[in-house]
Amino acid sequence: MKHNTRMRSDWESIEKFIQPSSTVLDLGCGDGSLLELLRKNKNVQVRGVDIDQNNILSCIQKEIPVFQSNLDEGLSDYGDKTFDYVILSLTLQVVYEPRMLLKEIMRVGKKGIVSIPNFGYWISRIQLLIKGTSPVTEHLPYEWYNTPNIRTTTVADFINLCGEMNIRIEATAHTCLKGKKVPSCFATLLPNLFSEVSVFLLS
Amino acid sequence: MHNDTKDSVGLVRTQTIQLKEKISLDCGTTFGPITVAYETYGRMNEAKSNVILVLHALSGSAHAAGYWTPEDKKPGWWDMMIGPGKALDTNLYCVICSNVLGGCYGTTGPSSINPNTQQPYAMSFPVISISDMVTVQKQLMDQLEIPGLLAIIGGSMGGMQVLEWAVNYPGYVKGAIPIASTARLSAQSIAFNEVGRRAIMADPKWNNGNYDPKDPPARGLEIARMVGHITYLSDESMQKKFGRRLKDTLQYSYDFDPEFEVESYLRYQGKSFVKRFDANAYLYITKAMDYFDIAMRTNGSLEELFKNVTSSFLVMAFSSDWLFPSYQSKAIAKALRTVNKEVTYVEIKSSLGHDAFLLEHQTITHVIKYYLKHLSDGNKK
Repeated sequence: MKHNTRMRSDWESIEKFIQPSSTVLDLGCGDGSLLELLRKNKNVQVRGVDIDQNNILSCIQKEIPVFQSNLDEGLSDYGDKTFDYVILSLTLQVVYEPRMLLKEIMRVGKKGIVSIPNFGYWISRIQLLIKGTSPVTEHLPYEWYNTPNIRTTTVADFINLCGEMNIRIEATAHTCLKGKKVPSCFATLLPNLFSEVSVFLLS
Repeated sequence: MHNDTKDSVGLVRTQTIQLKEKISLDCGTTFGPITVAYETYGRMNEAKSNVILVLHALSGSAHAAGYWTPEDKKPGWWDMMIGPGKALDTNLYCVICSNVLGGCYGTTGPSSINPNTQQPYAMSFPVISISDMVTVQKQLMDQLEIPGLLAIIGGSMGGMQVLEWAVNYPGYVKGAIPIASTARLSAQSIAFNEVGRRAIMADPKWNNGNYDPKDPPARGLEIARMVGHITYLSDESMQKKFGRRLKDTLQYSYDFDPEFEVESYLRYQGKSFVKRFDANAYLYITKAMDYFDIAMRTNGSLEELFKNVTSSFLVMAFSSDWLFPSYQSKAIAKALRTVNKEVTYVEIKSSLGHDAFLLEHQTITHVIKYYLKHLSDGNKK
C-alpha cells in the first residue's frame, strides 16, 4: 500500500502539468494506472510502452494501447513531436542511456514530463555519511545488490543535465512525503536536500 | 454430446456460396467461377457492427469451431478461442471463417473441377496470392451484405491476410489482429516451403499434378508436412515433448525403423495430414505465402503502406517462434506507430514456437477479449 501512496504523489504533480484533451505517451507505463487516471481526469488520448508482459496484459485490460519493448531500444520509429506530452515516471534511473532517452523524449514529445527519485535526499546522505552504507529509503527501498536503479540521479544532477542538453525546465514539483519529517516547503526551498521525488516539466 | 458443453458453439455446418463475379488475380488472370466455403457462429446484431472475420493458416479450413456431427472427436481448429464466453465470444460477436482461395476444404482450389474441362484444375489452376485470397473474402462479405468488420484476426498466413485486409480496404475494418505473422516472408520460410514442394513434386505419383485423388502423392505430402511441423515447434518444446525418448523399446534397434518418439510423432503427423489435405493445394498455398511481401507496392516501405490504414491494430508475437520470429511482428507494429496509428504490440513468453498461436490459450484469450471490448466500446461512443 505504501507503494500506491508513493506512486500517487508523483502522479498528482504529473497530472497538474497536463492540459486536458491532449495526447500522452507514458514510457515505462507499468500496469497503466497513471494513464487510466489521466484518461479519466483529463480526457487525454493515451499510449503506453512497457517491457513486462504482465504489465502489458494489465494495460490491455484497461483498454490502453500499449507497446511491449525495451526503452533502451530507443524511440526512433516515433515521428517528431507526435505527442503533446511524453512521460517518464520514476524510470530514468533504470535505463542504460538516460541522455539518449531524454533527447528522444524531447524529440517525440512537444513537452516532456520526467520524475526522478532524488538520490541526494538528506536521509540518503546521512546513511552514506554516518553509517557508510548504500542508502535505503522508502523511495529507494532496494539494497545495493538487488536494486534495478543503475543511475543515482540527484535533483542537482538532473538540472545540470538539462542545462547541458539545452532542455528548458518549465516547471518543477518537489515532494517529500514520508511522515512529514520536515515541512514540505523545505523540499521546495532546498529540493536537492529535501525532495524525495521531483517532477520536471520540460520543453 | 458436444453441443451440451456450455462453451462450445455446438453443432455447425459449412455453407457454400457462389461468387457473383469473377476476380482479377495478381498474376494477371481473371478467374471464376469461385465457390467459397464458410461457417458462421453467433448472431449479427441489428447494426451489423459485431462481425469478426477469422482467417486461417496454411492447412486450416472454414471449420474453426464446434462440431459437424455429434460423433466428431475433434472440434474446429480454433475452438479454444471461439464460443460462448471465449475470446471471440459468440454471445457478443458474429464470427465468420471462410476457406481460402486455392484451398481444399470447399473453396475453389486446384482439386476443384474446372467447369470447362470437367477435370480437376490441377496445375492449370492460376497461381494465387494472399491478396487474391482477401479479394475473395471481400466479395463474400459483400454478398453476405456485411457493411464492415469489427475485427479481422488470423495467425501465421492468416495474419498476412489481416494485413492485406487492413491495407486494401481501409475504413472497412475497425480492428486488425495479426498473430505470429510477418509483412514479408523470410528467406528461411521460403526455403522450408520449397523443401515441402520439392518433396511433393519429386514423388512419382504427383505426375505433374494430374494424380488420382484416391491415390495422391502421399509420400511427398507426408514429408512436406513433417518438415513443416518441425518449423512450428521449438527446440525447447521438442526437448520437453520428446527428448531422446524411444517409442517402444528400451534399447536402440540399430536399423532405420522409427524408434525415437519424435520420429514416430512426425510420421504420424505426416500420415494424418495426407488424409485431410490436397498436395496441389499445398503447392499453391505455400507459393502464395512465398510471394507475400506486402510493402512491395510501396517500394518496401511499410510506413508508406500503412499511411492510409484506418484500423486500430493488435499485433501479437511469441518469444520462441523461429518461423515468424517476433522481430517480424515488431517491425509491423513499429511501422504503424511511426505513422501514428493506434497499435498494441505484445510479445508473449512461450516455449511452444510458432504453434503457440494455437496453444497459448490463456494469454491470447485475455489479450483478445479486452482488445475486442476496446473496439466495441469505441462503437458505442
